[in-house]
Amino acid sequence: MNRILLCLVIAALALLPVLPVTPAFWITHLNYVGLASLVVLGLVLLTGVSGLTSFGQAAFVGIGAYTTAWFTTAMSGSPWLALLIALAITFVAAYAIGALTLRLSGHYLPLGTIAWGLSLYYLFGNMNFLGQHDGIAGIQPLDIFGISLASGRNIYYLIWACVLLGLWGTRNLLDSRPGRAIRALKSGQAMAESFGINTARYKIIVFVYAALLACLSGWIYAHMQRAVSPSPFGLNYGIEYLFMAVAGGATNVWGAVVGAGLILTLKDQLQNVLPAIFGTQSNFELIVFGLLMVLVLQYARDGVWPILAHWWEIITGGSRCVRRHEPPTRAAALPQRPRPEAGKVVLEVDAIRKEFGGLVAVNDISFTLRAGEIMGLIGPNGAGKSTTFNLITGVLAATSGAVRFEGQRLDRLPAREISRLGVGRTFQHVQLLSTMTVLENVALGAHLRRNVGVVAAALHADRNIEAELLHEAATQLERVGLGEYMYEQAGNLALGQQRILEIARALAADPVLLLLDEPAAGLRYKEKQELAAVLGQLRAEGMSILLVEHDMDFVMKLTDHLVVMDFGTKIAEGTPEHVQAHPAVLEAYLGGIDDDIEIEPAPGEQAGTSAPGNAPAGVLEGGSA
Amino acid sequence: MNGAIYALLGLALVLVFVVTRVIFIPQGEFVAFGALTLAYMVNGQVPGTVPMLLILGVLVFLLELVSALRSRQWAGMGRTAGWTLGLPFLLYLLAPYVVGSDTSLWVNVLFALALVIPMGPMLYRLVYQPVAEASVLVLLIISVALHFAMTGLALVFFGAEGWRTPPFIDGQVDMGPVTWSAQTFFVLGTCATLILALWVFFGKTLYGRALRATAVNRRGARLVGISTNMSGSLTFTLAAAIGALSGMLIAPVTTIYYDTGFLIGLKGFVAAIFGGLLSYPIAATGAMGVGVLESFSSFWASAYKEVIVFTLIIPVLLWRSFGSKHVDDEE
Repeated sequence: MNRILLCLVIAALALLPVLPVTPAFWITHLNYVGLASLVVLGLVLLTGVSGLTSFGQAAFVGIGAYTTAWFTTAMSGSPWLALLIALAITFVAAYAIGALTLRLSGHYLPLGTIAWGLSLYYLFGNMNFLGQHDGIAGIQPLDIFGISLASGRNIYYLIWACVLLGLWGTRNLLDSRPGRAIRALKSGQAMAESFGINTARYKIIVFVYAALLACLSGWIYAHMQRAVSPSPFGLNYGIEYLFMAVAGGATNVWGAVVGAGLILTLKDQLQNVLPAIFGTQSNFELIVFGLLMVLVLQYARDGVWPILAHWWEIITGGSRCVRRHEPPTRAAALPQRPRPEAGKVVLEVDAIRKEFGGLVAVNDISFTLRAGEIMGLIGPNGAGKSTTFNLITGVLAATSGAVRFEGQRLDRLPAREISRLGVGRTFQHVQLLSTMTVLENVALGAHLRRNVGVVAAALHADRNIEAELLHEAATQLERVGLGEYMYEQAGNLALGQQRILEIARALAADPVLLLLDEPAAGLRYKEKQELAAVLGQLRAEGMSILLVEHDMDFVMKLTDHLVVMDFGTKIAEGTPEHVQAHPAVLEAYLGGIDDDIEIEPAPGEQAGTSAPGNAPAGVLEGGSA
Repeated sequence: MNGAIYALLGLALVLVFVVTRVIFIPQGEFVAFGALTLAYMVNGQVPGTVPMLLILGVLVFLLELVSALRSRQWAGMGRTAGWTLGLPFLLYLLAPYVVGSDTSLWVNVLFALALVIPMGPMLYRLVYQPVAEASVLVLLIISVALHFAMTGLALVFFGAEGWRTPPFIDGQVDMGPVTWSAQTFFVLGTCATLILALWVFFGKTLYGRALRATAVNRRGARLVGISTNMSGSLTFTLAAAIGALSGMLIAPVTTIYYDTGFLIGLKGFVAAIFGGLLSYPIAATGAMGVGVLESFSSFWASAYKEVIVFTLIIPVLLWRSFGSKHVDDEE
């Protein structure tokens, strides 16, 4: 159904200029809409998908326009060469601005681009060879294969071909390995980094991509107008592009076209209608325009596109509700890294220490984890388990001591490098991309196992690799028992399922060592049993697992080896049986004789879950809940 | 001296941002509204801000009435009616008597302030409060839309030509080789007083502390009984007051057009960026720097004045990027 609609839209676009009844004004208007759509498309990717805001897009349009204007008039060069030069200049400028501002959080990019937009505007207006505020006139129209694009009806095809190509490329990009990384930029940066995604690099890529689209738009604009002047490249227009993106719906590529069409038509109509209503004064358009935008945003915060999509769903009888059930096509399995022999030391924690001011959160903890072993790290609340976990995963820097993975120091490496070595992890607070499907979330985990460039992804040249990645993700999902939820949005899963999903994502990275932070929290009894079965199976395959956990029953049954912490110090270590009988552990969990109030089991689901005949564990979990 | 104005605006922007997460681009419009309202009154005309306040007041009142009808909470409606209907109407009636050059400048200043300042909370109620929980981006875009609307209104009310207002204080002060106008000292003094007053407000008073609490943690502030709507409203009152006052201070030395506010506000913005939108003292210092830089660059290369001021952000950002090293997640 959606495909039919798309074909209809394209056919209508193609036929419009040929029909003699179409007024010339429509064509001109559509040309402007198309040019703006190109710029806004970049912003959709930048702002809507990646969560970065730029006000400086109009300046990039200006670079495209001014480069070709100057090059084809003053230098009498070819416009096609000018396009290449313009793209190169834009690339360098965008890369430099991105490298400067994108490393910073939040608001620096918008602010940096405001500065950039304003400065470039004043530069255009003051440079002698760019004609100062008068600009450059007398630009030649474009020629393609001897067909002149001087008339609006001819250049129309060039513009809309570019727009449709841009839409197609952007959609492809978003549906690929780099696309998943880009979609993680907005709300899951720390998570993405721990799966080996260089978020700073992807931010720059997105920014450059958006800038290049804007530059292309400017190049066509100059040849359509045959003249350029600084005013359409000022900050106001940069803001207007952002407006279009937000009004159209900044999370969907079609939002770009809708937004550009909506805003430009609105502005145009206001210019026609308002003088008729208010008499001679034509100043009202800005006011009405501003007020309308405020209202649109108050009532449709996500823009117009989601509303249109919703109506379309209603009309076509909810075509989206029909969920795809078949798994992705089978593909070759991804290469796996060699596993260490069973019994070989995988993780060695050597006297790590973390001090927060005067507080020693982790006090010279040492332990080793061998291949094919499940080790539990337990302790009462505030024992320093999570801090230890964060030291191992590189989230926190240790005050002293060392963490070695297969003989290599981990504690000096960023999270990204740690994952590259073969360490997978889950998070205590689930970190999923809730608007992406379960399958895509897991495929994100396999990011490092294949390499696909942005260009290849945009051109859809990555089909084989993409199939391999998705197949791997599907395999891991089947393995942990989430196979039937593959195309569900990750945010719709129950918390327990989300935790399992995190494990599947970690497995997709093909780790040697798996670090699990409270994997059983929030799971029902049966789910816990299933999880234990999965982890046991992984162990049999030679995986090494370190888990931090509260549920004693779960830990005691599953682990080979336990480390018990209290007040930052290791108080016991050994097999589950040994630890259960250890006096220091009983002291830590049950307290001294005086404060026996704390041993009352907390009312909660765990109280009923402990198996009979496992009394010490049953009491222990009361203290830890 | 411009630096002092930028400092004030920078402070207001930082304040609005930390409390409400709104990047308040229309701040500059309050500058223009304040200055032009005063200019009109000094010239003996009733400014368009008088009916505008009346309309805004009525709209706010209707909005409050609807929400009161829905929640059946009538407490506070009297007060609402007072400031949304009574005050604008009173000003409307008084306006013809106050305008004109025969009334003292100070009366005009007070009257103009009374006109412009209530617009702050009213606009907050109308524009921002319904979407207070939206993302920073949506709030930003709404700010931009409001900026467009207010610029358009300014053009309708005050026309396209620029205005200057008479200085608050005449005379010169000789300081060795240089002569300063008394107005300069007046501006600097006022700015210093205002900054000091803000400092006392935030440090010593209950409302000031409530605002700071909201800035640190919105949800936490709400849990201890601070209304975020009240905080937002109060913040916008302050921002409007600072904006309008800045406009009146700067109008005697700079010709103000209907759209001048935007550029002045942006320079305040640059200053605020120095402080990373979070720190008041750095924002104030940055503003001084911007003012000085602007004066120097208008000597050497006046055409590139704006370019120099705005590209200044880049090294500052660079400096800050080496200062902070953390990855944060939005939303």
